[in-house]
Amino acid sequence: MSDDLLAVSGLTRHFPVSRGAIIRRTVASVRAVDGIDFSLARGETLGIVGESGCGKTTTGRMLARLDKPTAGTIILDGRDITRLSMGQMRPLRREIGMIFQDPYSSLNPRHTVGTIVGAPLRVQGVATEHGVKRAVQDLLALVGLNPEHYNRYPHEFSGGQRQRIGIARTLALRPKLIIADEPVSALDVSIQAQVINLLDDLQEQLGLSYVIIAHDLAVVRHISTRVAVMYLGKIVEIGDGDELYARPRHPYTVALLSAVPLPEPVTAGAAAANGSGGSRARRERIRLVGDVPSPLNPPSGCRFHTRCWKARDICKSVEPPLVQAAGSADAHLSACHFPENAG
Amino acid sequence: MELTPEVPGLGEGAAAHQPVLEVKDLRVRFSTDDGVVKAVDGVSFSLERGRTLGIVGESGSGKSVTSLAIMGLHGGRSTQVTGEIRLDGEDLVSASRERVRQLRGQKMAMIFQDPLTALHPFYSVGHQIIEAYRVHNKVSKQVARKRAVDMLGRVGIPNPAVRVDDYPHQFSGGMRQRAMIAMALCCDPGLLIADEPTTALDVTVQAQILDLIIDLQDEFQSAVILITHDLGVVAEVSDQILVMYAGRPVETGPAAGVFTTPAHPYAWGLLGSMPRLDVGKAERLIPIPGTPPSLINVPSGCAFHPRCGYQALVDGDRCRTEVPLLAEVAPVHRVACHLPAAQKREIWAALSDPLSRPEPPPVPPEAVPPDDADLRPGPDQADGGAENGVLAVDVTASEVPGSEAKQ
Repeated sequence: MSDDLLAVSGLTRHFPVSRGAIIRRTVASVRAVDGIDFSLARGETLGIVGESGCGKTTTGRMLARLDKPTAGTIILDGRDITRLSMGQMRPLRREIGMIFQDPYSSLNPRHTVGTIVGAPLRVQGVATEHGVKRAVQDLLALVGLNPEHYNRYPHEFSGGQRQRIGIARTLALRPKLIIADEPVSALDVSIQAQVINLLDDLQEQLGLSYVIIAHDLAVVRHISTRVAVMYLGKIVEIGDGDELYARPRHPYTVALLSAVPLPEPVTAGAAAANGSGGSRARRERIRLVGDVPSPLNPPSGCRFHTRCWKARDICKSVEPPLVQAAGSADAHLSACHFPENAG
Repeated sequence: MELTPEVPGLGEGAAAHQPVLEVKDLRVRFSTDDGVVKAVDGVSFSLERGRTLGIVGESGSGKSVTSLAIMGLHGGRSTQVTGEIRLDGEDLVSASRERVRQLRGQKMAMIFQDPLTALHPFYSVGHQIIEAYRVHNKVSKQVARKRAVDMLGRVGIPNPAVRVDDYPHQFSGGMRQRAMIAMALCCDPGLLIADEPTTALDVTVQAQILDLIIDLQDEFQSAVILITHDLGVVAEVSDQILVMYAGRPVETGPAAGVFTTPAHPYAWGLLGSMPRLDVGKAERLIPIPGTPPSLINVPSGCAFHPRCGYQALVDGDRCRTEVPLLAEVAPVHRVACHLPAAQKREIWAALSDPLSRPEPPPVPPEAVPPDDADLRPGPDQADGGAENGVLAVDVTASEVPGSEAKQ
């Protein structure tokens, strides 16, 4: 375990919902993240997938200590950072970098690229060998931007380039761990590939560890070594990426994977397109009905039982633990009473 | 002015069926302080009832502008729409605003990307559907309300008689999009335009909405135009595909043809740059170098040439000087590219082989414009702001760290 850069156990975040004008009292809590455990080895990439509201972003924010966990522990490099104060946290901020989703709102429009990328160096008072300007220009070159664009403003760049600026800023302090929250979802397909390749290259060059949060299952499979699937604040399945995509055990993972539209027309659809008429053939797909239940009042037992086609009585009452199901590979854990792909 | 050949109607009975929508040489231009933005530059297609056309492209490729032009939603003196848009034989470009307004909602309807901003937060969902229905049908409120409840039920809203009085904020994202679809279909339009209908939704809800659109299309026999940047979504529901780049059609044909044997380097680039679940995990994605061009200064010749690695295979300087026309590579499958058809087949065969996956040849450096060009993005493309100077940066970008291809 000493090899792990990050170890998280029982991580929980409840947001209180209060009522009352004079006497505020907590009437309920949104259980955004409800006890999750995972670890991240050095140089590894963990992808976290799930639908909106599953708690993946809250998890990322807690890892970067932008939000304070309600319970649980986060151990970074052997040091418990769960309850450090702002002041205690500051020197450790060098170790954790964050890449945000929206390259438009995450860069200050009034600052030049030089100021933006150099800000972490100034805030942390890092001594640079040839001055901040030189350091920033090296960073810009590292992420594939022209160092001469030092004095330009964010609006002069396209979406993909802005994301590169954000990555350069994150790399300024040479963090060990980078948390990327939907790093490519705001970008066009062709640009998305450029940024994904850049993240890959940087990992190889600088030995970074990533936690990548995304809703796009194909993107996550491409960049992650391990993948965690979240549903309503819980990890329902976690394991080696290839293994998890090839043999998903949790029904929710199976449903998510089957819902992804593939860029390949269905064969019978080709017949229809050639003029033989009739309705289109469809891919075999598991249709989940309804929406994700409210995290204010999550279902009892297995949280997925309200939408699961395999649910039985035990699913409503007993919460399945996250364990290695029979027939699973090592470290491939799932939380289901009746796992898929058995045997 | 070159005339782009239209996509012929698919199927044997094409001549017998009058297409619902015929677009011929559509051009949309916006005058701005920085120059004329050629947002759509010669698009033609036709669409029959019960058929789906998928328009694919990146931001700034003109796909949304095309759909807004069909709906007659470009207003103002600075916009110029030319060409022909025939809906059931009636030309919309020359029609009066009042006439287009009558047709909008009645014969053609649109679903937008973000259902929360497209629905009015102050009125109940039912009220908004009733309003849309009564504008076009002289019926009492009671009849219209029955219609609204009926439509909400058909799009899969549980307990529609009660939910009809709910406000948009009481609906989830997927339900709002269902309500939008109910509103769009309440007058049984012959043409439904869906502009990124599932982009704002989660993947499981996206699957529900796509299924719903297919089911309702079978039921109502509307023609559907689906606009999206997601190649997976298009493949799932479309009969015909139109790939756009910089306001021009670059490839068009039956879905099966375009996806199994794409013949334009841009289409290859799009397919190569997306991570896929259906094929083995690629070690490395093959991005398209550079960024989409400015629509004010569209590159000469083929608009894609600054990002294309196959120019050397074309005789002379044609890619840079001559705008390629759509030409047939297979029946009804047309592509605007100077590469000879045989060579295209060879290149695609190599590209689509999962074992080899060769990187496309690099873009010749002289194709990259000088770095001192104006950097500001054009007005209508905050994202596409693909500027000449910026291009120089991104072309090298994919090669900066660890440029050797991993096999």
